Amino acid sequence: MKTTSVMIVGVGGQGSLLASKLLGRLLMDEGYDVKVSEVHGMSQRGGSVVTYVRFGDKVYSPIVTAGEADIIISFEKLEAARYAGYLKKDGRIVVNTQQIDPMPVIIGAAQYPVDVLDELTAKGVNVEALDALALAEQAGSSKAVNIVLMGRVAKQFGIPYERWIAAIENTVAPKFVEMNKKAFDLGYNS
Amino acid sequence: MKKLMIGNQAVAAGLHDGGLGVVSSYPGTPSTEITEFLAKYDDLHSEWAPNEKVACEVAYGASLAGARSACAMKHVGLNVAADPLFTLSYTGVNGGMVICVADDPAMHSSQNEQDSRHYAIAAKVPMLEPADSAEAYAFAKSAFELSEKYDTPVLLRMCTRIAHSQSIVETGEPVPAVLKDYEKNPAKYIMMPGNAIKRHPVVEQRTLALQELAEDCAYNTVEMHSDEIGIITSGCSYLYVKEALGDSASILKIGMPNPLPVKLIKDFAAKVKKLYVIEELDPIIENHVRALGLEVTGKELFSLLGEFSQQTVAAAFGLAAKEFVTADSPIPARPPMMCAGCPHRGIFYTLAKNNITVHGDIGCYTLGAVPPLSALDSTLCMGASISGLHGFNAARGADAEGKTVAVIGDSTFMHSGMTGLVNVAYNATNSTVIILDNSITGMTGHQQNPTTGYNIKGDPAAKVDLEALCRALGIGRVRVVDPYDLAACETAIKEELAAEEPSVIISRRPCVLLKYVKHAPSLTVDADKCRSCKKCMKLGCPAISLKDGKAKIDTTLCVGCGVCKQLCAFDAIN
Repeated sequence: MKTTSVMIVGVGGQGSLLASKLLGRLLMDEGYDVKVSEVHGMSQRGGSVVTYVRFGDKVYSPIVTAGEADIIISFEKLEAARYAGYLKKDGRIVVNTQQIDPMPVIIGAAQYPVDVLDELTAKGVNVEALDALALAEQAGSSKAVNIVLMGRVAKQFGIPYERWIAAIENTVAPKFVEMNKKAFDLGYNS
Repeated sequence: MKKLMIGNQAVAAGLHDGGLGVVSSYPGTPSTEITEFLAKYDDLHSEWAPNEKVACEVAYGASLAGARSACAMKHVGLNVAADPLFTLSYTGVNGGMVICVADDPAMHSSQNEQDSRHYAIAAKVPMLEPADSAEAYAFAKSAFELSEKYDTPVLLRMCTRIAHSQSIVETGEPVPAVLKDYEKNPAKYIMMPGNAIKRHPVVEQRTLALQELAEDCAYNTVEMHSDEIGIITSGCSYLYVKEALGDSASILKIGMPNPLPVKLIKDFAAKVKKLYVIEELDPIIENHVRALGLEVTGKELFSLLGEFSQQTVAAAFGLAAKEFVTADSPIPARPPMMCAGCPHRGIFYTLAKNNITVHGDIGCYTLGAVPPLSALDSTLCMGASISGLHGFNAARGADAEGKTVAVIGDSTFMHSGMTGLVNVAYNATNSTVIILDNSITGMTGHQQNPTTGYNIKGDPAAKVDLEALCRALGIGRVRVVDPYDLAACETAIKEELAAEEPSVIISRRPCVLLKYVKHAPSLTVDADKCRSCKKCMKLGCPAISLKDGKAKIDTTLCVGCGVCKQLCAFDAIN
C-alpha cells in the first residue's frame, strides 16, 4: 500500500497533539507502519502548529512536503490556508471555521484574510468547512474541537467506529470520556 | 511489545533497557523528553542538574563509581559540557557512559544551527546517529557495551525530526543494571599533565580500533540497488533519500558518524558510477570522503542550512515537483508569543515604555523581543544577559548604567547567571539585573529546577533562596516585585537604575500555565467606556484584540491578571 499523508494543523494549545497521538496509535493497531512528526518548543506558545501523520506498508520520511498530503485537518481557518499548498491535487481539507487572530492581526500590522476558504474552493481545492467549536460546545466543552474533527474524518482511514470509541476511552481521563464520545459522534455524523 | 514512540522516548527506553543506573540532564528542546521519560523509571536515579556541565560531570562520577550513566542535552548544551567531555575522552569510563545530544537544524527552538558531530571529532569519541525510533532504542541500548568495550564515553546524536517523530519500536529484554567495582586508579582518572600525557596515545589507539569497528559493524549498512548512483547518508537524510528515490539508488547508511570508515566507503564508491553525500548541516562525511581522494557531489547540491526533506532530494535528482495550489491572499504569520496572563509581560511593558536597553537571555521571556513589546536588545546564550550587561556598562559607563538592564529567568539564572552576577559585584559596575522568577523552567515545558522546591519526580527538594543567594554573591540591593503591579514595577526599575551600586530585582509570580496557579475571572471591556485609545493593545496580550475599533477581551484566554485594567484611563476594563 502506498503511504498516506495526513496533516493536522492549528494553533498552539488547541489540542492537535492529542489528535495525532490518537490517530497514530489506531493506525499502528490496524497493522500499518506509522510515523508521526510534531515540533515542540516555541510552537507551544500560541504559534502555528503542524503535525504530520503518515502510514502505509513502510513509511520512511516522517514529514510531508508540498503537494503530498491526502488530507489536511485544520483546527483554524487561517492555518488551513497557510498549509493548503501541502495538499495533493485530489486531496481534502477539513477545516474548523473558528478564527483565531494572530498577533500581527491583533496589533493591526496585517489583515486576517476572511474569504480565504472561498478563494481556495474557487481554485478547485476540496474544502469542507464545519463549525467544530459549536459542536464541541454542544458536546460539553470547547476543548473537544480535536475530537469533533477526528470524528468528521474518521471514515477516511478505514478504522471501524468501535475502535475509535475504544481509543478515546483509553486515551482521555475517565471523567471526560462521555463528553468526548459525544463530541466524536457529533463530528462523525456531521 | 510494539509501541509508537517519539525518538526521545525510544532513547530513554534504550538507555533503561541497556542497564542505566544514573541520568543527570538539563532540559533543552529537542532533548528534554529523554530525561522526562527516564524519570518515570523507579529502578534508576534521575535528576535535573542546574546545567549541562554539572549533568555531564554527574554522569562521569556515576560511571567512575561503576554504574552505567547518561546525560542528555541540546546541541548548545554540549558547548557548556564540552569541558568535561574533552578530558573524559582521556580518562575513559568504568561503567558505560552515554552523552545524548540533540541538534536542531532549521532552529525550531534554538539560537544557532551548530553540528554536534564536530565535537565527536574534536574530542575523539565515538558518535552514534539513529534515523528513527527503533534505531534510537537499539543504538542507545548498545551504546553502553560500545562505551565499556572501548573505554570511552559515547555520544548519541539526535536531531529535532528524529527526537520528536514517533515511529514503531519493539523493545527487547532489559539488561539488569549492575554496579561494577570501583578501584582507585590515579594514572587513569587523575588528569594532571604527567598522567594525561600517557593517556593521549591511548586515545589515539582507541580511535584506530574504532575505525576498524566502523568498517564492519551493525551501525553502518550498505544497500546495493544501482551501479549508477551511490549515496552516503545518515540520520533523517537517509529517510528522505529512501522516500524520494526508493530502490533506485544504492545507499551507504552511516549510523556511526565518528570515526568514519575508510575501506567501506572506498569499496562502496568503487561499485557506483556517481557518488553523492547527503547530510544536513556541515559536510562532515563529505570532507572525509574527499580526503580519501574520491570524487563526490555533496554541498554543491545540498545546503549547509536548515532541514532537508524528500522534496530536497527529489529536486536535486531532477524529479518533477508535485502539483499544488496556494491561496493568493497574503497569509499573516503566527509567531509564538507570551501567553495571556504571562507574568513577564508587566516587566517588559515597563521596560519598553521607559526605553530601557535590555540584555535578554534564553527562555520564554525571549518572546519579549516580539512586537508590540519589542523590549529586547540582545539574546546570545544561557547566562549571557548578566555578563553581557556588565561588559556593556563597563564600556559605556554611567550613562548606560542608568538605562540598561539584564533579564534572566530563574532556571537560566541557576544554569549560568550566578557566575555573571558574581562578576557584576566583584568587578563593580552599577548594573541592574532583573530575575524573572516564574518558579519553573518554562519554555521547555515545565521542568523543576533548584529554585522551585521540587525535584524531577515532583518530590519536595531543597529550595534556593534567590534573595539570600544574590546577597551572598555580593549584591547589596535586592528587592522583590509582583509583575502584575505595573506601578510597583516602574518604581523598582527606576529606583534600581538610579542606585549607585549593583542591584537585583526579582520579579516573582509563577507561570500562569502551572496547574496550581488559580486564575481570576476573565475581564471584559465596556464598549461604551472604551475610547479606542489602544493603550491596552501595547501589551501584546493574545486575549485582547480590536473589534469595530473597540478593545475586546477573549474570555476563553483571559486569566484576569488585571495588567490591562491598570493601563485603561477610562475604567473600561473590569
